[in-house]
Amino acid sequence: MDKKKLGYWLFFIALFLGPLYLTEFRLALMGKFLCFAIVALGICLIWGYTGILSLGHGVYFGIGAYCTAMYLKLESSNGQLPDFMEWSGVSALPAFWIPFSNPVFALAASLIVPALLAAMLGFLTFKNRIKGVYFSLISQAVVVVFVTLFVAKQDWTGGTNGLTNFTTFLGFSLASPLVQIALYMLTVIILGLSFTLAARLTNSRAGRVLSAVRDGENRVRFLGFNPTSYKVFVYSLSAALAGLAGTLFVLQVGLISPAMMGIIPSIEMVLWVAVGGRHSLIGAILGAVIVNSAKSFFSETYPDIWSIFLGLLFIIVVMFLPNGIVGAFESWNEKRNKAKQKGGTADAADSVVS
Amino acid sequence: MISPMPCSHYIIRKQYFLRGVCMTVMRKFWSKHTIIAAISAAALTLSGCAASNALNEEEDAPAADTSDTVKVGVLHSLSGTMAISEVSLRDAELMAIEEINAEGGVLGKQIEPVVEDGASDWPTFAEKAKKLLQKDKVATVFGGWTSASRKAMLPVFEQNNGLLWYPVQYEGMESSPNIFYTGATTNQQIVPSVTWLLENKGKSFFLIGSDYVFPRTANKEIKAQLKAEGGTLVGEEYTPLGHTDYSTLISKIKEEKPEVIYNTLNGDSNVAFFKQLKDAGITADDITVLSVSIAEEEIRGIGTDILTGHYAAWNYFQTTDTPENEKFVAAYKEAYGDDRVTGDPIEAAYNAVYLWAAAVEKAESFDVDAVKEAAGGIEFKAPGGTVTIDGDNQHTYKTVRVGEIQADGQFKEVWNSGEPVKPDPYLETYPWAEGLN
Repeated sequence: MDKKKLGYWLFFIALFLGPLYLTEFRLALMGKFLCFAIVALGICLIWGYTGILSLGHGVYFGIGAYCTAMYLKLESSNGQLPDFMEWSGVSALPAFWIPFSNPVFALAASLIVPALLAAMLGFLTFKNRIKGVYFSLISQAVVVVFVTLFVAKQDWTGGTNGLTNFTTFLGFSLASPLVQIALYMLTVIILGLSFTLAARLTNSRAGRVLSAVRDGENRVRFLGFNPTSYKVFVYSLSAALAGLAGTLFVLQVGLISPAMMGIIPSIEMVLWVAVGGRHSLIGAILGAVIVNSAKSFFSETYPDIWSIFLGLLFIIVVMFLPNGIVGAFESWNEKRNKAKQKGGTADAADSVVS
Repeated sequence: MISPMPCSHYIIRKQYFLRGVCMTVMRKFWSKHTIIAAISAAALTLSGCAASNALNEEEDAPAADTSDTVKVGVLHSLSGTMAISEVSLRDAELMAIEEINAEGGVLGKQIEPVVEDGASDWPTFAEKAKKLLQKDKVATVFGGWTSASRKAMLPVFEQNNGLLWYPVQYEGMESSPNIFYTGATTNQQIVPSVTWLLENKGKSFFLIGSDYVFPRTANKEIKAQLKAEGGTLVGEEYTPLGHTDYSTLISKIKEEKPEVIYNTLNGDSNVAFFKQLKDAGITADDITVLSVSIAEEEIRGIGTDILTGHYAAWNYFQTTDTPENEKFVAAYKEAYGDDRVTGDPIEAAYNAVYLWAAAVEKAESFDVDAVKEAAGGIEFKAPGGTVTIDGDNQHTYKTVRVGEIQADGQFKEVWNSGEPVKPDPYLETYPWAEGLN
């Protein structure tokens, strides 16, 4: 086990031990940030490694969250019509809601629906060689479409209020601190597994092809690879991760509304990765946790002017750390290594990818 | 972490690609690491649960009752799109707290406000509410504006048995045991104003609103009421929040020629809508517009010249003629500047603090259940007339008023209900509303 691996283990174990040293309130916050970290991992895969800048990941996060929220809403309604449908004038449960009373279906859907949607969108755009800023714009348009749809269909989705006020999950009371601790630990485990999956993927040869697609898509094509299938695959994987994060988010925060899948949250997601370092998976995780902790800390300490501090943080990172916090640390480390012994080592090259 | 790849052929051929990835993932996942991870995870879960139990006991210990201050939370959006409206509510609440403190506080304790920013973002409201209840252990929270923020906070207050005072008019159909509603519900604002319009301004209605829960629910109720009371509906349109192009909508209005436009637009959209209505040559003499989200503060933002002659329905105006209001307006202007105006939600937020303090005095305790128990029937001589808490649904009795907007940005009251109206959030006393809930 090399030093790096040991560091990762220590990091995840420290997170896992959160309940030992965090109060109930801070633990809940951390759980929320770790959900965001899972989204950030997915964005890192497509942006940092494959060069696809998606400004629409809020949609996949939201859809994943809604799928689980629909199940939670039905469970807390005890077989009756959900409250918002009643006051929206709906008399019977819409057909597409019915299968969501099954938790297995709902949880599976929260992964599969975002992945399928991403695959469809990805196939149509990547197949037609739409990339760069054009793809980013399309992903924004998708956000607008979905938010408008979710707000307008108040009788099906709860409108701007979204879905909220859940009581139990698989029979466990969501208000109980023990259940919240279990959910936190589950989040850490899932984050760890997602991280391992992403690290293995990026270190595999398929991962090399993804990086190659980022650096020279046409060359990859001339070498006989089909970039479309690689891009569609990694884009759907990242959407599935966002959907998974949405599920964990809704279980811990107890709320999902179209405001959380809108344009601003979608851009914020990319910002987390930019701050942490888009070429590093651990950087994406750190970025999500650091930015959100800073947001909470500043807004608690200076409720009137906190947004200025957060803005400053972003400006500093963009101006002085173009490769994010981890990127800056790595280039500093590399410089130091180079000074120590002339000629780069294999280790330095490795650090860029993992 | 480079490792040799045993199956490299899949990379070249597309059809093997997915299968290859699956196999790699499977093979690599069931390694020694996974087993180690699973075992340590199980061990840590157990230890974590045990430790957190100990921590929770510590946290749940009752706050010392010996200090001479009592903490209350003030939770409004101080940043983001809602800040323009909500900052005034915070100001009014802080002013009420200061006044009560100057009079000796509540139960001999000074009130210490803990201000938090909801940032116009619903999960943030839930997060900050949780922080106020669990970390600061506040006795009560005053906060919220949008229905979405209230809906986000509601489970937090119910799960932690907290107390929330919500000061804004809303769409009804709710009555949480942990929330007191000091703003109007529909039968204290919308229903009587529709009746007034039908009697005084005309029978044909055009409904416009921003696309979210309040306008959609309110319009559902208005449509049922129009049917029952002999009005006709000629159009119903929604635009997204922040929408600014109303030319299509206004040509529709010109085509349908309604006598009344019932306006539930929110925020900036009002500026665009009223300006374009005026540009299209439609004045208050041609079509009456009655709004339910435009108070004195919003009039300043939209511009008096394009609003003059139109109407709004509220429970309080800055011009409401009571001795309490004279004092209230003077104190507000002294505290925050002569250019500031009061308004209905501001007054309701101010009332909320006094109503809570009165309930605490009656209960002789800050305990949430005791305060709730004591709150029914509590009266306060508010700037807008006496308000009383209805113990059954935790709303307040309020006087309904319709006002005409004057050139100076103030309202001239043209009608009021004469006495406070009993709150009926589910519209149970209106036969036409039966199908709605």
